[in-house]
Amino acid sequence: MSAEALPETAGVYWRPRVDADRLARRGRVWTLTTVAHTIPYLIASGVLFWLEPLSAPVGAILLAHAWAIPELYAKRGANVLRRRPRAADGPERTAIGLLGDLVGHDARALHARTGLVLERGALGVWLVGEGGAVLVAPGGRRAFCWCVHVEDRSLPSADRIAHLLLALRTDEAGFATVANLAFSGAPRRVRRRLPPAMRPALDAAVAAGH
Amino acid sequence: MARLIRMDGSGHTTLAEWTAADEQAVEAAVSAFRAQLDAGYYAVVTEGEGHARQVDELPMDAELVILRRPIAGG
Repeated sequence: MSAEALPETAGVYWRPRVDADRLARRGRVWTLTTVAHTIPYLIASGVLFWLEPLSAPVGAILLAHAWAIPELYAKRGANVLRRRPRAADGPERTAIGLLGDLVGHDARALHARTGLVLERGALGVWLVGEGGAVLVAPGGRRAFCWCVHVEDRSLPSADRIAHLLLALRTDEAGFATVANLAFSGAPRRVRRRLPPAMRPALDAAVAAGH
Repeated sequence: MARLIRMDGSGHTTLAEWTAADEQAVEAAVSAFRAQLDAGYYAVVTEGEGHARQVDELPMDAELVILRRPIAGG
């Protein structure tokens, strides 16, 4: 990938530029925040039950909250890869032709099966979708889900991916700086919430990240 | 022959084609390139799989120059 800074980073000048250390720290903070959101419900549920066993239904509601919060975060992460409405067949075919020229045979085949493009970078292995990307960190144990898109709703789906792919290739760290982090956690938590057709792409990214 | 293409609602549109030897074609390509940059597009030259470079001047030696819209988070 090129070392040139992505011009869009000027629009988020207050954000520190992403690098591997900063990313690892963000991942840890994300996990701690999720735990901090969850633990109070677990404690409150336990204390209530200890004080008054008849409060078990209330405790169950609290436990449901403790379960739902991480689930909702993971769902938000998986949503970055959600497919957008199709354009007409002609433009879609043309756009797929261009995207196919930009990637290798394996990535082309994976895109045909899953709608996602796998791209190896310095920060890890990326899965690029139409309105976001998932970065599987080296080792394959943590995924970062990024919301990032091109501001043109008329574009065919493959062109939306090509926009993100070219920006990513121009400046990977800048790309991650511009994008909004939607989730960080174990890839399996994202995988469960992906449409089944997309799961092989995440599996491939995790495998490539090892 | 080198090409300048813009990703748009049609998939992509070829705005100019040129060879270094054809001065008129080069001039037309440079003119189209500048107009698109003024319209807010960014120009990218692919440099093999996994590599791309943003350019502010039309590189005469590039085979393919792609114009893209800005991206944003969210």
